[in-house]
Amino acid sequence: MSAERRTRWLGLGLEVTVPVLVLVIWGLASANSDTYYFPPLTDILSTFADTWLFERVGSDVVPSLVRMGLGYAIAVVVAIALGMLFGLSRRARIAAAPIVEFLRAIPPPALLPFAILVIGVGSSMKVFIIAFVCIWPILLNTIDGVRGIDPTLDDTTRVYGVSRRDRVWRVMLPAASPQIFAGMRTSLSLALILMVISEMVASTNGIGYFVLQSQRTFAISEMWSGILLLGILGYVLNGVFVLIERRVLRWHRGARASALG
Amino acid sequence: MLKVEHLGKTYGEGEQAVEAIGDLAFEVHEKEFVCIVGPSGCGKTTLLKCMSGLLEPTRGEVRLHDQPIDGPPERMALVFQEYSRSLFPWMTIRQNVAFPLRRKQVDKDKLVEEAIESVGLSGFADRYPWELSGGMQQRVAIARALAYQPEILLMDEPFASVDAQTRADLEDLVLELRGRYGVTIVFVTHDIDESVYLGDRVIVLTPAPTTVQEICEVGLPEPRDQVETKELPEFARLRAHVFRAIKRRGKDREEGAVHA
Repeated sequence: MSAERRTRWLGLGLEVTVPVLVLVIWGLASANSDTYYFPPLTDILSTFADTWLFERVGSDVVPSLVRMGLGYAIAVVVAIALGMLFGLSRRARIAAAPIVEFLRAIPPPALLPFAILVIGVGSSMKVFIIAFVCIWPILLNTIDGVRGIDPTLDDTTRVYGVSRRDRVWRVMLPAASPQIFAGMRTSLSLALILMVISEMVASTNGIGYFVLQSQRTFAISEMWSGILLLGILGYVLNGVFVLIERRVLRWHRGARASALG
Repeated sequence: MLKVEHLGKTYGEGEQAVEAIGDLAFEVHEKEFVCIVGPSGCGKTTLLKCMSGLLEPTRGEVRLHDQPIDGPPERMALVFQEYSRSLFPWMTIRQNVAFPLRRKQVDKDKLVEEAIESVGLSGFADRYPWELSGGMQQRVAIARALAYQPEILLMDEPFASVDAQTRADLEDLVLELRGRYGVTIVFVTHDIDESVYLGDRVIVLTPAPTTVQEICEVGLPEPRDQVETKELPEFARLRAHVFRAIKRRGKDREEGAVHA
């Protein structure tokens, strides 16, 4: 077995072993727990199975994921479109800079009262909050990506009379995509956070709502199971994102590796 | 077919102004291979950018078929020195070569395959540029230029960053393709041997602000050969001549500065 493969197997082994070990320690330490706030892990797990497999999937998990997905998707589309515009036009960038800096500086939860007042307590409000917060990392990264395009690449497209449309969609967008993906990754974790927060404030369903509601009704095992689910969701979403990114940016990793020799 | 008329380029304004090109005038004929050689920093790239319409000259103009150039002309291609930054890393070799033809009403597949074949990369059409060596990447850039079917091909120190053996191969490739595609070539280089080996004429430039120092006719027999051509006494005479032309001007400058 080559050294490289051995390191990879070792890494994979650690990635699996350590979480399992943590769970075992948690299970053993909490086995005879009579503390009200830290029920035995076995209780939490059986509650988890009762609650999330699959009784509350339709009533809470799906609405949560739909809100998050919608908000995130809107943010991606709007941020990339605006980012390309601002990256290309110096004037638009200068004009928008103070507004962008101001809006992005507002702590997101501070917008909740306003959003509830204007949009109401329904799903639209939650989608709005998620989209609003997710826009900024993607927007700023897209602007940077577009501005950082190699001048030689730009000269090349001009010499070969590439149409404006092809220049934007087939040269600028892929050239900026490594930075765009970095922004999208940051925004993905923001989307999950804002989903939970918005559901805790004014909601009648959703995972965030469930966690808070369980705490208020002293259903501590249920509360823990919801927290566990959120952790798993975050982990899985990030994993899926990394898989997609690896596929789309395969060229980028290859080009960088070859440039480093 | 291509005329450079009293071309001048000044960067910046007022006290900070830098005169890159003083006053340049020369002509490139149909099917000719013209090499432009000059000391480093003499505004060769600026000249090429003005010729290709990427940069607007401060004074004078460049005319192609008596039409003043005010943007990249349709039947002109340019091969850059930095091949790795001029090829699109997210496209395969075939996609790179085909990209400039996207909106053209031509038989794309045939042009693309022919161009890739002519630079000897048939087996690599579905690879990505970064999977290839530097010399092969520059071949891709040349194939892309040829598939575009230019009348005139500008090359900006295209072989400056490849090793000596690869460079000789690429020089011969360009000579061969010139015959095959019947294209006019303007080749900028800082390498005197290369300019004499490749060119029908060599235009020697002065340091900035650039003017034409001398235009040198190269009467070496065709086809050129890396060994035989370079053995000829005439080759040695020409390269010494161009070398002195470049040196002389540099010296004039230094002395002038001392006396002043």
